Amino acid sequence: MSLQLISPDINLDFVGKRYFFIALSTAINILAIVLLFTKGLNYGVDFAGGSVAQIEFTARTNGDAIRKALAPLDLGEVTVQDFGKAGQSFLARFQAVKNIGSIGPRLETALDKAYGPGAAKVVRVESVGAKVGSDLRRKGFFAVIIATIFMGVYIAIQFRHVSWSFGAGAVIALIHDVMVVMCALVIAQYQFDLTTLAAVLTVIGYSVHDTIIVSDRIREDSAKRRREPIASIMNRAINETLSRTILTSGTAITVLISLLAFGGPILRPSAFTLLIGFITGTYSSIYIAGPVVLFWEGGSGRTRTASSRAA
Amino acid sequence: MEQTQSFGPILILLVLIVSFLYMHFTNGSGLTRIYLAGGIVLAAILILLPSLNVDLPDWFKAGFGATKIQLGLDLQGGTHLLMAVKLDEAVKTQLRRRADDLKHELKANKIDFENISVDDSGNLSAKLKSSADRTPFLDLVQKSFSDLTVSSSSDSSGPGPSYSLAYKTRELQTIRSNAMDQALETIRNRIDQLGVRETTVAKEGDNEILVQLPGIQDPERAKELIGKTAVLEFKLVDDSKSVQDAIKDGPPPGDDVLYGTSERGGREPYLVESPVLMTGDVVTDARVRPGGRLEGPYVAVELDARGAGIFDAMTSENVGRRLAIVLDNTVYSAPVIKERIPGGHVQITGRFSMDEAHDLAIVLRSGALPAPVEIEEERTVGPSLGRDSIRQGEMSFVIGAGAVLIFMAVYYSGAGLLADFGLSLNILLLICVMAALGATLTLPGIAGIVLTLGMSVDANVLVNERMREELRAGKSPREAVKLGYDRAWSAIRDSNISTFAAGLILFQFGTGPVKGFAVTLCVGVLTGLFSCIVVTRAWYDYRISMRKLTQISV
Repeated sequence: MSLQLISPDINLDFVGKRYFFIALSTAINILAIVLLFTKGLNYGVDFAGGSVAQIEFTARTNGDAIRKALAPLDLGEVTVQDFGKAGQSFLARFQAVKNIGSIGPRLETALDKAYGPGAAKVVRVESVGAKVGSDLRRKGFFAVIIATIFMGVYIAIQFRHVSWSFGAGAVIALIHDVMVVMCALVIAQYQFDLTTLAAVLTVIGYSVHDTIIVSDRIREDSAKRRREPIASIMNRAINETLSRTILTSGTAITVLISLLAFGGPILRPSAFTLLIGFITGTYSSIYIAGPVVLFWEGGSGRTRTASSRAA
Repeated sequence: MEQTQSFGPILILLVLIVSFLYMHFTNGSGLTRIYLAGGIVLAAILILLPSLNVDLPDWFKAGFGATKIQLGLDLQGGTHLLMAVKLDEAVKTQLRRRADDLKHELKANKIDFENISVDDSGNLSAKLKSSADRTPFLDLVQKSFSDLTVSSSSDSSGPGPSYSLAYKTRELQTIRSNAMDQALETIRNRIDQLGVRETTVAKEGDNEILVQLPGIQDPERAKELIGKTAVLEFKLVDDSKSVQDAIKDGPPPGDDVLYGTSERGGREPYLVESPVLMTGDVVTDARVRPGGRLEGPYVAVELDARGAGIFDAMTSENVGRRLAIVLDNTVYSAPVIKERIPGGHVQITGRFSMDEAHDLAIVLRSGALPAPVEIEEERTVGPSLGRDSIRQGEMSFVIGAGAVLIFMAVYYSGAGLLADFGLSLNILLLICVMAALGATLTLPGIAGIVLTLGMSVDANVLVNERMREELRAGKSPREAVKLGYDRAWSAIRDSNISTFAAGLILFQFGTGPVKGFAVTLCVGVLTGLFSCIVVTRAWYDYRISMRKLTQISV
């Protein structure tokens, strides 16, 4: 036998500690909702509309100087964000101006005046009209809702012999994970743009995947031990899959840490979102999806209902 | 430009799917499956060769095509534009034309009218002089203007009745969709003449056009060129009145004030007569000609027979007057008509640079847009930035994936190496299928790849953990392999089916980047199942059938 991280006969009491973790998760989710409504997501131009320009300088500079250089353009409120490369790369963000098409050259002309010709280069410009932004937000949201409902129904049907509530458990776990990720994004104030949205979709995918893997073991074990209470089957299943859970999420997290560290500033918000999401996605399979099923089946003391046993 | 799809990649895709099904649903000796897996790896490498920029012999290109992985603009740099076509303007333009027709018909039928005009909301209002004309007017509209609906309006300012006319719903739809098609065609023509390779011009939604120009050097010029409505009009200059008075007191009836560029580079006003004598739809060709030292280049325009006739009559009737050549309400030049010009050859001079003359020729050749367009979304990524994000992304990915591969090999030894092979094959196949489908790889797409890779790693971990369990329970290696795969399968199946279906839904309902994510997700699920379950299992089955499997290292 080769390397072994988790002993095969490990038996930790996961289910018994669920109330503590449910309370913790509830607290984090309330915090997420409060943060979303007070501080709010830092929507990128994809969703909020407006323009963002990435500017690279040949020498060090700072946000105030850039704002001053851009002031003659009368762009309204300009926010400038340091974008790495030791003070030589910046993101300038402002509300959409009238002529959306010609922002890049106008910025360069203004910067040339302040910094001297050729000292600044606009390497990326993204301008999105307000209508497009709200369209993207609506369509993206709609697609995710439909996909989520489908997955919930599919899981409910696949696991119906144990309990119809697995679908609901997976969906609630998924919502929990999205909330945690959103909470982290609000705190970190990373821009929420289409790339970050793709990362959130990935988190949803991983969350459901992980829930299914753990639930599958519950399904298998409950077919073998028909008289055992579902809570104890659940705890056994979690322990049996613990080695796999640690290995898989461990390797995934390794890759994501690498992306976060070496992926550059453009990948950073995605890598951050994925990292938080994979951690909470793993956690929620045990402490959100499981308790939902237990709650549905009427607490830990009872065995499964007659109907599900007959099936 | 359309993508050139050759037969090779599609054939290889088919082979992949058929062998997938074969390998999954048959059990027999593992040897055939090993051969099949080998064949698929070879096919994948063949598909991917063009992407590696190797010089390939012609027979290879003919057979397999030169399908390359398309990189999204976020990865290779370029300009992405989403433009809204103002279709209401196209409807108004058409309605104005109908209003002119109506005036003409009313005169021909001796029905006097006070006023006929088109308002901003797209209604044509007609006011007659006498209520006696009520029935003839309605008869005329019913007979010759069946594309319009007519209703009485409540304008009681004069003795005669007032009517409001608008397009019927079906007519409106036809006009809008024709205008959209024409705008698409026109923009495609203009972009083709830019000489940029692998451009995309596509319709998005009801009234939007998506333009993607990879690796373009001068996005501003492209935008200028695409966005020009390019309505060319010829009008006479009214030299009988003062322009300055017209600016001060408003133009006299029948005249308009338009502007052009003066010799010193400022704005120069012109007083022109409102009627349009000729429009640009009679232009058949336009070419740049180098002018003399002083004038700079000019554009030589060829007219069709009808245009030549109009131009002939127009010039012979107005010798000595100035003719304003107006493009999008800007006067380019207003030369004096020295003599009658037959034959349909017209020169447009102006104070152009060579590039400006060139762009003018392009828009004249490709025709006018049926309605103005407005840029709603613009993303320009400089080529160096695109390369930077690829390089950093690649490096971080290689470090991360390398760590996983090493870990798997150390933790599961033999089975780990097999899993590593499966994972590498997965990446190879995924990129290969993406290339064969002509799909574009973008940053969100890479997020989809990360997810499917995570799921493949998990599939291998599940199987291997299961085999360890069964071995611990005292099963023979042979049974352990069978049970390991069989018992892990239900979890892998459910997870992959729900992910795949979610991917399909996201593809169906999502836009742009969400779609890109969905494509890699769906493709990745399929290639992942194939490489990490079917192929690795084939290896074990082969060893079992050869009776070599006395022990497994997992």
